[in-house]
Amino acid sequence: MDATAFPYGLRVLVVDDDPTWLKILEKMLRKCSYEVTTCGLARVALDILRERKNKFDIVISDVNMPDMDGFKLLEHIGLEMDLPVIMMSIDGETSRVMKGVQHGACDYLLKPVRMKELRNIWQHVYRKKMHEVKEIEGNDSCDDLQILRNSFEGLDEKSLFMRSDSDTMRKRKDVDKDHADQESSDGNTVKKARVVWSVDLHQKFVNAVNQIGFDKVGPKKILDLMNVPGLTRENVASHLQKYRLYLSRLQKQNEERILGAARQDFSHKGTSENLNLRSSFQEQPSNIANGYPHASQNIQTQANMLDSQLEDTKSTVPLPVPDKKRTLASDAADSQNVTSASSLGGVLSFKSMPVNQDRKPSETMILECQAWTGGIPSKQFMQYPKHNHKRCDLLGDYSCLPKPDLEHPVGPSNLYAPPPLISMSCGMEGDARDFSDVKPAIMDCIKSLSPALTCTVDSVSVQLSDSVVTSIDGDLKSSGVDGLPSIKDCCLDQTNSQGSLRPSQEPSIIGSTELASLPEDLPSYPLHGVSLENIGLSSIDLLNYSDAMILSGLQSNWYDDLEFSSEMMDYPSIDECLFASS
Amino acid sequence: MDYSNLRRQAASMKKSLFDQGYLDEQFCQVEDLQDEASPNFVEEVVTLFFKDSGRLMSNIEQALEKYPRDFNRWDTYMQQLKGSCSSIGASRMKNECMSFRDSCGQGNVEGCMRSFQKVKREHAVLRQKLESYFQLLRQAGPAGAATRPVM
Repeated sequence: MDATAFPYGLRVLVVDDDPTWLKILEKMLRKCSYEVTTCGLARVALDILRERKNKFDIVISDVNMPDMDGFKLLEHIGLEMDLPVIMMSIDGETSRVMKGVQHGACDYLLKPVRMKELRNIWQHVYRKKMHEVKEIEGNDSCDDLQILRNSFEGLDEKSLFMRSDSDTMRKRKDVDKDHADQESSDGNTVKKARVVWSVDLHQKFVNAVNQIGFDKVGPKKILDLMNVPGLTRENVASHLQKYRLYLSRLQKQNEERILGAARQDFSHKGTSENLNLRSSFQEQPSNIANGYPHASQNIQTQANMLDSQLEDTKSTVPLPVPDKKRTLASDAADSQNVTSASSLGGVLSFKSMPVNQDRKPSETMILECQAWTGGIPSKQFMQYPKHNHKRCDLLGDYSCLPKPDLEHPVGPSNLYAPPPLISMSCGMEGDARDFSDVKPAIMDCIKSLSPALTCTVDSVSVQLSDSVVTSIDGDLKSSGVDGLPSIKDCCLDQTNSQGSLRPSQEPSIIGSTELASLPEDLPSYPLHGVSLENIGLSSIDLLNYSDAMILSGLQSNWYDDLEFSSEMMDYPSIDECLFASS
Repeated sequence: MDYSNLRRQAASMKKSLFDQGYLDEQFCQVEDLQDEASPNFVEEVVTLFFKDSGRLMSNIEQALEKYPRDFNRWDTYMQQLKGSCSSIGASRMKNECMSFRDSCGQGNVEGCMRSFQKVKREHAVLRQKLESYFQLLRQAGPAGAATRPVM
């Protein structure tokens, strides 16, 4: 695009299955001095956009197309390329128009489209640039600002725009916000260069997000981690917004799927509960995180202590997770732990724990994790993975894991062993530590110990959702799972088997369902099985704990009273790390 | 040759098409797009329209037969045709499309069948009229030296 003659040369991609309209629109746009590319199929349009990155400024698409719903195309473009999209239709029904806006359309034109409407489409491109300008200004990047402004020199009304009618801009932004989790909402829409989010790039992005921790993620951090030359903070920021939106949608789908699958697969009484817990956890990731700290605090060697511990979970643990839900989480955790504990039944030593039936499922999960920290055997572990990874998976953020216990490194489901270790160290301290501190230490330990751990986490996430798997899969690779291709592969395979609880399954799939199955029959899995290579396996093994605590081998002094099996995983380094952190 | 006379005739034919409601404002919009870069633009577009709409109509015809009472499907196909009509301003044909969709909405099979026949008729009539029009235009002056479109 000729930066000195904006909007002339605006690069437009027109998508319409009607050849007559396509011809007419092409001509009309050419008359506006725009650079036009036409396309009769939505899928082809996506390919074109993916292939020719940064070669388009705006997309105009019909709503009713045979090969793909126009709204779907709209979403894809918004998510992957973040280009302004204008919808067109002969149908001007308000509900349709609203749907378009909801899906992120900048505008919705009614056919027959008039020339003057097409002449104005550059406004949408300009508006996006304005966001960038504001962002740049916010960053005190005068040079950038100047460049942008220069690009508008061709405009007669340039001065008008520079003044930027704030009301109009605000309104427009609001509209944009409504439909697409507007980037401008946090001033992160800046994208000077049009970035096409290829699968690789997106994987890097998701990896970075997972590494940082979803609830602590920020565009700058992600950008730094991604280390992609030419990528700007603004690119990342806007993509992050879309990603969040995308994940929350997937999360909902996943929950439904897992719940459905879990119910079927769970023969164990506690299973479904666990599953429910999982989903509920997802909804309250922060709760989970909060719950964890409690758990860690409650590390007790006696399972019987759980009761009290559970009660203790109510106390607020200074989790570095979102504060809002903390109280809720802790409360919920109490109730939940009890419930889940009971559900776990024979597997864990929590049996004696009083189950507060009214605890929320998500809470239970947390509590269960807590139980682990308290030295509760596999049961707890199993609990962890369930809710953790569900949440973690979706968000690529393992912060939902009990911070002290599982932290991110452990990953939702795969590493049951590690979490307890971690939490134990924290809990043993007996103080409400700032788990954020612990976390990094643990993370390091975990990472040094077994890349598999990280891997596990990843695989877990993969488990959650097929669609999520795609992106998270990338995370798996990069988030420390280096050298663990097998796990990743396993995960992928397992992705499709989410619904089935198969304790004996490949470890890589530590989906929530798998977790759910843990309580049911826990063969005595030596944690050592969790060794990095088979994190996935080990996780599964963990899930399939029998009453014999696998963790026993981990750290005898931690679980003195726990019924750990003596076959603990080989986490000597972990122990050291953990202790070091404590 | 009396080009001015031919041109007058063409203009008069066009006017009557508008007056009788065969064409609407959109047709003028399309005509406005014609320029030196694309001197036969209108005729090309109209040709394209009749070719594509013929395809859409045979889809509908098949659907009416193969999927009895599948109003959703019929409606979807007709929606496509209606959209196509709007591209060149085929007003009467578009109206018949709309009444077909109304019948679909009412679950009125008979009404659908009747409407579809009308759509077909309007399609045929418009095609013939526009063919004559373009023929006249071609004869009317050097600007109309385009090859005869295959409609």
